[in-house]
Amino acid sequence: MLDKVMAMLVALLGWIDKRFPLTKVWNEHLAKYYAPKNFNFWYFFGSLAFLLLFLQIVTGVWLTMNYKPDAAKAFDSVEFIMRDVEWGWLMRYLHSTGASAFFVVIYLHMFRGLLYGSFKKPRELVWIFGMLIYLCLMAEAFMGYLLPWGQMSYWGAQVIISLFSAIPYFGDDLTLWVRGDYVISDVTLNRFFAFHVIAIPLVLVMLVFLHIVALHQVGSNNPDGIEIKETKDKNGIPLDGIPFHPYYTVKDIVGVIVFLIVFSVVLFYAPGFNGLFLEHANFIPADPLKTPEHIAPVWYFTPFYAILRAIPDKLGGVIAMGGAIVIVFALPWLDRSPVKSVRYRGGLFRRALVVFVISFFVLSYLGTQPATPTATIFARIFTASYFGFFLLMPFYTSRDNDKTVPKRVTPTTTLEEDLAKANSFLKTTLDQTTTKKAITTKAGKTYDVFVPEGKGLLAFLKDTVNKIRKVFAVK
Amino acid sequence: MNKWLTVIVFVFSSGINAESLALDDADVDVFDKASVQRGAQLFVDYCIGCHSAQHLRYSRLAEDMDISEEDIKKSYLSATAKIGDGMISAMDAEHAEKWFGTPTPDLSVTARVRGADWLYTYLRGFYTDESRPFGVNNIVFKDVAMPNVFWKLQGIQNRVIRKTDGDDEPIEIGLAQAGIMTPDEFDSAMRDLVNFMVYLGEPAMLERIPLGKYVILFLLVFLVPAYLLKKEYWKDVH
Repeated sequence: MLDKVMAMLVALLGWIDKRFPLTKVWNEHLAKYYAPKNFNFWYFFGSLAFLLLFLQIVTGVWLTMNYKPDAAKAFDSVEFIMRDVEWGWLMRYLHSTGASAFFVVIYLHMFRGLLYGSFKKPRELVWIFGMLIYLCLMAEAFMGYLLPWGQMSYWGAQVIISLFSAIPYFGDDLTLWVRGDYVISDVTLNRFFAFHVIAIPLVLVMLVFLHIVALHQVGSNNPDGIEIKETKDKNGIPLDGIPFHPYYTVKDIVGVIVFLIVFSVVLFYAPGFNGLFLEHANFIPADPLKTPEHIAPVWYFTPFYAILRAIPDKLGGVIAMGGAIVIVFALPWLDRSPVKSVRYRGGLFRRALVVFVISFFVLSYLGTQPATPTATIFARIFTASYFGFFLLMPFYTSRDNDKTVPKRVTPTTTLEEDLAKANSFLKTTLDQTTTKKAITTKAGKTYDVFVPEGKGLLAFLKDTVNKIRKVFAVK
Repeated sequence: MNKWLTVIVFVFSSGINAESLALDDADVDVFDKASVQRGAQLFVDYCIGCHSAQHLRYSRLAEDMDISEEDIKKSYLSATAKIGDGMISAMDAEHAEKWFGTPTPDLSVTARVRGADWLYTYLRGFYTDESRPFGVNNIVFKDVAMPNVFWKLQGIQNRVIRKTDGDDEPIEIGLAQAGIMTPDEFDSAMRDLVNFMVYLGEPAMLERIPLGKYVILFLLVFLVPAYLLKKEYWKDVH
């Protein structure tokens, strides 16, 4: 019986393969796609981004069934979804938490690229497609944020769209054309809805397809930044490669579950994330006559918003904000180092990367705060360091003391090994910085108490500083 | 090094600025149904005259808070409302605008805008100010258009002026004339009302929060075979 079923399935596969390259696609992209065997933590975020795209599309479709893109009804229809639609609250929170999670995952995915030089030759197009995905995602998020029609939806859109008017000569006409009205109105809401649910998702899905096709053409990078295709066995299979399926499919399932656990904690216990994922002021219906005192975009836009406000001139601010995103496209050509991975890069790049990460976080924070004079000064300093990371890159990467890259990838450690290592580190640190002292309670029980020890603490501090120094050593 | 130090100082000081207004802790619990019920009763008695909460249906309130249909009809519904209706105020917007100078806001999601602590401090924070149309001002909402609807319960609070060096003297208020309730009773009543408003802001909370632990537990259980499967496959990879 089972043999017969199997024979039928094989026959069916043969029938399909004659008409559609099913087995070929399966092999090329999964079963015989050889990925480096040393992927680490940072390599989970690609598959997670894929998961989130799927989640956003599915929850988005269900939200559309009850949402009304009408200025008079939009706000109420969201509350209708939250209260009267069965499981509507879950769809809405999955979508809103999913949007923020999408950006968290994408930012980590991009940072992985920075760490291991995944943007460098021959993966320039993978990077470009990825950046286009990021741009689309920003447009998607921006337009989607208008739909709940709250005060922040309304005034956020008002501020950002009015930026077009900074363009000389035709700026005002362009703004009017984009908005479709003299202020953000029902017309704007309708067109944003159209873009948010159809146009941009289509482009996004297409770009994701191109991103993966381009990646599979050149093969995945890895934490060592070594091209595994350069060392193959006699069958032409990379020695450091393993088939994506089943190895990375089973590994990514673990990543997906761990991610979903974290995601669920936010989703069920703090979906608004204290005003960061759902801004408090957005629970006030949009009012074209009442400008809020403080208009702040959602967290994932705040670094760019801080850059915009840092420049005293409107057009200059718009150019700087646009430039902050456009310059990331140029990364493959700004980086002059022969080495890909941060593991073999010199101290200059490492320092620059730390400055960049700090700049990004500080700008993110400043973008959520009112633009006080002090805040503006800080925004300017960190805008300069943000751009410095990119603009100075040709100089510091070409004269860095990069290390020699080995031919083969470094063996990875298992979770058990990592935990054992962390455990022994904690134990030795504890031994070094404390002394054990036995105390006896009134009840007559004896306990060991760890008392901090000055000399040991100092030695530990010195060791740590030396370790950090070594990591960032220039020569 | 100095740069980082200034950054840290800056981050901390700006945090303090944002928190300059000390709010009282409302300490609400939407799962305390008796409290939400009392709060709903206060809302119907004191608030709905001017404010709607259009997104909450009486029937939903009855279901969520175990109030019988008869009780809803007897002590919550107005003469014209049906049990499936939202909690709509009888006052129309035009009159509100004329009487208060501003339309009275719908309170369905106000708790999500302001937060429980703010509401709790606000409701208890009215004090006598003859310069205002209704003779009262509020410590957290300066020049608010709303009168102190609870003055009979709370009594009358006056502002206590205290000399300070700064320009912005902190406002402190004290009870000048006792109301029907003792201060403790009144605080507890306002806590009930805020509790109701928090529930009103997101009734789905009653489903959302209890569900979370089951979903997370399922994922944790699912994680075990998934991890073992990964380990089994990967034992050949060196």
